[in-house]
Amino acid sequence: MIALPAQQRDPKGWLVTPALFFILALFIYPFAYGLMLSFSPMNGGSVWANYITFFTDSSMWPTIIVTLKLAVPATIINVGVSVPVAFALRRTSPWQKFVTTLLVVPVTLGTVLIADGMLTYFSPNGWFPQALQALHLYGDEVRLTHNYWGVLISLIVSGFPFAFLLTLSYVTGIDPTLARAAATLGASPWQQFRQIYLPLLLPGLTMTACLSFVQAFSVFPSAVLLGAPAGPTRVISIAASEAAFENYDYALASTIAIVMGFVQLLVVGGMLGARRFFYTGPVTGGKG
Amino acid sequence: MKHTFEQLRLDSVSRSFTNAEGQQLAALKGLDLNIQRGEFIALLGPSGCGKSTALNCIAGLQPLTGGGIWLDDKRIDVLPPEKRGFGMVFQNYALFPHMSVLDNVGFGLKMRGMPKAEATKRAKAALQLVQLIGHDAKLPGQLSGGQQQRVAIARAIVIEPPLVLMDEPLSNLDTKLRIEMRAEIRRIHGKLERATIYVTHDQDEALSMADRIVVMKEGVVQQVASPKEVYSRPKNLHVARFMGFRNVVQATLEGTQGEAVAVNANGVRLVGTPMEGFDSKRVSVALRPEDMERSTPGAENAFDAHVEVVEYGGRDSLIIVNSAFGKLWARIAGECSEGERISLRVAPSKTLVYGEDK
Repeated sequence: MIALPAQQRDPKGWLVTPALFFILALFIYPFAYGLMLSFSPMNGGSVWANYITFFTDSSMWPTIIVTLKLAVPATIINVGVSVPVAFALRRTSPWQKFVTTLLVVPVTLGTVLIADGMLTYFSPNGWFPQALQALHLYGDEVRLTHNYWGVLISLIVSGFPFAFLLTLSYVTGIDPTLARAAATLGASPWQQFRQIYLPLLLPGLTMTACLSFVQAFSVFPSAVLLGAPAGPTRVISIAASEAAFENYDYALASTIAIVMGFVQLLVVGGMLGARRFFYTGPVTGGKG
Repeated sequence: MKHTFEQLRLDSVSRSFTNAEGQQLAALKGLDLNIQRGEFIALLGPSGCGKSTALNCIAGLQPLTGGGIWLDDKRIDVLPPEKRGFGMVFQNYALFPHMSVLDNVGFGLKMRGMPKAEATKRAKAALQLVQLIGHDAKLPGQLSGGQQQRVAIARAIVIEPPLVLMDEPLSNLDTKLRIEMRAEIRRIHGKLERATIYVTHDQDEALSMADRIVVMKEGVVQQVASPKEVYSRPKNLHVARFMGFRNVVQATLEGTQGEAVAVNANGVRLVGTPMEGFDSKRVSVALRPEDMERSTPGAENAFDAHVEVVEYGGRDSLIIVNSAFGKLWARIAGECSEGERISLRVAPSKTLVYGEDK
């Protein structure tokens, strides 16, 4: 290799500057500021004081568990259910358009509106519990709001369309002649799914799960509106919001936010690490 | 696992579908065909003629809308593709991108529940048969087109199917490899002693590989015959055109001369071979460029031609001439220059006379 003279260097690299500036100003600086803040306790003490507070205060550290208890099942349900639904709708059809359109609606509504609607629909006097009781399907009082279930349902309502649309695009990206080839070789429909579709889908599904998890882990409005924010659904974002806007302890709030980010990073990192073991190449069967 | 069968019978196999406007369109109309064990059948036709539809119907990838498929006494068109046990090679190969070459080939055996050691042994033998050795652990994406093709063939034949279906398997390869693979596929077919149905739009491929050719057009079978028969005695004008009879001349029937017929084409008298019955005096004469030869004026079937374009081709030249019948293509050996006036002729046995071109 011969080193190029300096004047021949490609100046196009400078085009990245505006974007770099943006990232610095809007992401790196606020993040670094928050990180620094979390190490400067409001009432003095060691740099770790806020972290020690978080992990010893029984009104704080259990919020991680509470949030995981909501986010993990929500992610599993959203991704798990979207696979068979997307698979059933993989061929372009009027049904595919209908379901896709139907599912885009909750995405556009936003969590607050969904929470509002759910309060009337699922509350003890709402249509759903009333209908269940009228049909004698369930005798006891049906409680689906102001508890864990209300929040979980809202995470599914708002998170499922997102997971489904992503999964659908992965499923439709797989060359259908692969399944046909498998069929001519003796694979039953289940084996075609298990041997061909699933392995080719796994990398995409991990990505979908990561995004779904991050979305669910930062749940806030529905945990307040539909849950029991003082107890069973006191998620980590509620703890951060309390610290910041009720106790005006921005340093502690930053600490909680950093912990929150760290937990998300841990889970996402774990999932992406697992992705390395899957096949991640092209999903078509030849040079076609 | 070896299936023995004597014949595969297609009994007026039809497939139609409804388009967006609600019209019934027939992709395949009443295909009748008996295929004997060991035969190599080519389905030949231009794109959209229904040949791939026929193949997919046999494989079970598309349902029939009429007729039936029988393997000896067993009706198979009611079975799903995975129960038919035919091997299929797809146009884009359809290799499983996430499986190694060996796993791709062994897939059909795995689905049949064969123990792994035995399956590996057979998959390796199949790879040896297609002459692809030392690539077992590679993924399909790491192979060249020709190698992928060999894997696809090995995968289809390792299950020892009674019938191998091939859907334009060579169309994605370059010319040299295509010609090599033709002989290769013939060789593999000969070794297996099974039947092969091969879909192609390339006459050369069909002529060089098949025992029998099924020529199709718009979902209808035009001719089923040996390559020699299809090449030299196309049953109708469609087949003739498809088999390289590039010159079709309108003429009037004058009379018969024993087996032959005499026609008048724009004042030139030609003696030709009648290929079908005529319902009027208006007939079409089909001439293949390769069958034209230099002649002396006044000889039988000779006509004057004015050379307009010469495309030099080495061994011979493709020329376009203007004649009493209009523009004609001719492939002739020897020197020839533009503007020259020459005399050409086609032997009466190669001057094919069909009914009016509708």
